[in-house]
Amino acid sequence: MARAVTTRRKALNTAIAWTIGLLIFFPILWTILTSFKTEAVAIANPPVFLNFDWTLENYRVVMERSDYMRFLWNSVIIAGGSTVLGVIIAVPAAWSMAFVPSRRTKDILLWMLSTKMLPAVGVLYPIYLLCIQLGLLDSRIALVVILMLINLPIIVWMLYTYFREIPGEILEAARMDGASLKDEILYVLTPMAVPGIASTLLLNFILAWNEAFWTLNLTSVDAAPLTAFIASYSSPEGLFFAKLSAASTMAIAPILILGWFSQKQLVRGLTFGAVK
Amino acid sequence: MATQHSRAAARFMMAPAVFVLLVWMLVPLSLTLIFAFKRFMPLRGDRIESGWDFVTFFPSLDWVGFDNFTRFVSSSAFWPSVVTTLVIVGGVLAISIVFGVLLAMLLDQPMWAQGFVRILVIAPFFVMPTVSALVWKNMFMDPTNGLFAHLWRAFGADPVVWLSDVPTFSIVLIVSWQWLPFATLILLTAIQSLDSEQLEAAEMDGAGPVSRFAFITLPHLSRAITIVILIQTIFLLGVFAEIFVTTGGAFGTRTLTYLIYQRVLESQNVGLGSAGGVYAIILANIVAIFLMRIVGKNLDK
Amino acid sequence: MGRITLDKVRKTFGEVEVIPPLDLTIEDGEFVVFVGPSGCGKSTLLRLIAGLEDVSGGQIRIDGEDATMVPPAKRRLAMVFQSYALYPHMSVRKNIAFPMRMAKMPQHEQDRRIEAAAKALNLTDYLDRRPGQLSGGQRQRVAIGRAIVREPAAFLFDEPLSNLDAALRVGMRMEISELHKKLDTTMIYVTHDQVEAMTMADKIVVLRAGHIEQVGSPLELYRTPRNTFVAGFIGSPRMNLIEGAAAADLGAHTMGIRPEHIDVSTGAGQWQGTVGVAEHLGSDTFIHIHGIPGCDPLTVRADGEVSVRHGDTVHLTPQTQHIHRFGADGLRIA
Repeated sequence: MARAVTTRRKALNTAIAWTIGLLIFFPILWTILTSFKTEAVAIANPPVFLNFDWTLENYRVVMERSDYMRFLWNSVIIAGGSTVLGVIIAVPAAWSMAFVPSRRTKDILLWMLSTKMLPAVGVLYPIYLLCIQLGLLDSRIALVVILMLINLPIIVWMLYTYFREIPGEILEAARMDGASLKDEILYVLTPMAVPGIASTLLLNFILAWNEAFWTLNLTSVDAAPLTAFIASYSSPEGLFFAKLSAASTMAIAPILILGWFSQKQLVRGLTFGAVK
Repeated sequence: MATQHSRAAARFMMAPAVFVLLVWMLVPLSLTLIFAFKRFMPLRGDRIESGWDFVTFFPSLDWVGFDNFTRFVSSSAFWPSVVTTLVIVGGVLAISIVFGVLLAMLLDQPMWAQGFVRILVIAPFFVMPTVSALVWKNMFMDPTNGLFAHLWRAFGADPVVWLSDVPTFSIVLIVSWQWLPFATLILLTAIQSLDSEQLEAAEMDGAGPVSRFAFITLPHLSRAITIVILIQTIFLLGVFAEIFVTTGGAFGTRTLTYLIYQRVLESQNVGLGSAGGVYAIILANIVAIFLMRIVGKNLDK
Repeated sequence: MGRITLDKVRKTFGEVEVIPPLDLTIEDGEFVVFVGPSGCGKSTLLRLIAGLEDVSGGQIRIDGEDATMVPPAKRRLAMVFQSYALYPHMSVRKNIAFPMRMAKMPQHEQDRRIEAAAKALNLTDYLDRRPGQLSGGQRQRVAIGRAIVREPAAFLFDEPLSNLDAALRVGMRMEISELHKKLDTTMIYVTHDQVEAMTMADKIVVLRAGHIEQVGSPLELYRTPRNTFVAGFIGSPRMNLIEGAAAADLGAHTMGIRPEHIDVSTGAGQWQGTVGVAEHLGSDTFIHIHGIPGCDPLTVRADGEVSVRHGDTVHLTPQTQHIHRFGADGLRIA
């Protein structure tokens, strides 16, 4: 039973928390605000906070000049493709480990986790070389596959922890009711696990969207997603603050919104179920 | 608790995931391992002749024994890069754990619009690393037009040239901004799982706020803190984009990861870089072993 | 038809033998209860019959046909689980329809059977609800409905009442018994509660550590328990097992006497003891008595109105015709 707190205490808590929260959020807020300013206002001293003439000019320029849609489309395909592919491979594996555990299940899970620990830079050249040999450098296919592979352990783990919460008796009931393995997974397990599968999709989409090692090193023009698009602003275009802000806002807005929905799952997914 | 039939099905359904991860792990790792013992500088004419080279251990490249390994550690860039790596990883960990615990405890207090504050705090974690690095580099840390420069001038001070005067600190700041939310979120989840009756019992036993924190809350958080440390260490050892778009490894911000990247892709000394990669893999595995112990224990429950 | 025969059925988990070779025949239409303490293997045995676990040896025959390697779906058995195992994402109607849908039964036949089952189980008003919106007893009935519509060769119940509160449990117990009378189909029922076993079964199978200790009708087990384990397990409150001189006088290692077969008197009797606790239930009084050699405390079931208090001295006399004698090996001496 939580005890009643005085209104003053609560107001004080709220004030402190809001101040700190806004401080942490400020860079994002400032980026969004700046994206609506003219370049001159963006670098004005003293800085202008809200009372400026709002303009959509930067968005128009960024989209015109840099073929923004292509980068966005690449991001969507790479993040979406790798996530969906990962889930398709992971659902059967997670089913096996959650409902038909064997003595080796734990070892396999931990081994999968260990592949996630592989430092990307340690295998950078082999992957780069293989991409060249297979003619897949700067292709979306290569990135879909690679990002699927680096996130697959997380996907399997998340699904595994969700599946484990589904009572095995229900699947056994389905088996007694005459369901084949396919029926069991399709009509009973999957519908019951929809929330878990959805949050797994969401979190991994976010992780893939923000991945900035392979996407920077294995793409140049054709397959470059938004991470690479933004990196191209590092110099000297980055000095155009308003345009940088517009480009940045477009790159992070979709994921911020998705991210806010997936906070809870984030914890479970990134701690491999160790913190819930 | 299953029949032979379902066990066979289970093995069959696990196979694809196991197979692709096995390939993903073994193929690149063995290539790195082979290259680490080879002289391989594509810009100086070292070539892979054909696809067959991949299965015949690259006969066109000369074996050089442990040369690459000794040269990697004896190069003048190695020890500074180790120090930089430690400073960045250690700095970000310290900041995110200390402030993460404080923030988590603050957010656990009763307040209005708690959910909204939590959204504000967690937001930076969802920002693409290249975006956060560029926004900080230009809009905050730029010595002429950055917000910090304006602020410094307003107080009559000379603006700091962040990325060349205090480059490592700047990168720690940028990376911490992204990872503090992660630590906070996990620690908050852990704090919320603390049974409030425990704290009330301690209060009845005469423990003040400080002792309650030290003897109840902190021990309860210890596991979550360990997990945050291990997971962040794994990710922080691989920090790349933040350096790539800010300093490009200049001004002593070259981490081990970045050094290897430069050896491999910029100066195209693949053998040397691969030897560095082997070191990085060993280092990451040492951290990974501890993480897996904890996760593994959790599995048994 | 539903005659189930277990022939030297064995189950091991790794090195551990949970069920040593075991023979049992369940006749068509019989209501058989597997009873025993937790961990005695009764649920495992049921799951072996269901096909949810592989046997490690032996043969299971259903109506004479070898079903040992037949998958659960093909055994014509229906099962009601402890947790009810309803599909939470399906309405009651869809839950009940699921086995028929899997069997690709024509829609009109499905509807007919659902209506009939719903009517029999008082579920007609709830057909479009989700399991989450039902009470424990209603969920239980849905689980039973899902089992009935298949018209199986036998029903398997795995501790189906243990998640219900006491009052509901008595009601459901009777409903299941009536269902059995009405359908006249074989039922195998697993429970750790000997009251359920006594009240429902045609035939009780008492299990311990995977062994069958005794098979028989409820009254057979009550009157002539084959050994001290069955004697102590069947009947409530449990039989007093007295060792030492009192038993030796009768030429036995252990003497057994049920609490309801001991006469209490404040005047005189064979034994003398002190009242520890007297539980007044209204209809009966359970008196726990200290000071009887070889059995402490000794429990006596006396009249509801008897007035004894803590510390009182009482005299006890066992009814000789109800005394059970057991040897040193625990087996009954005839």
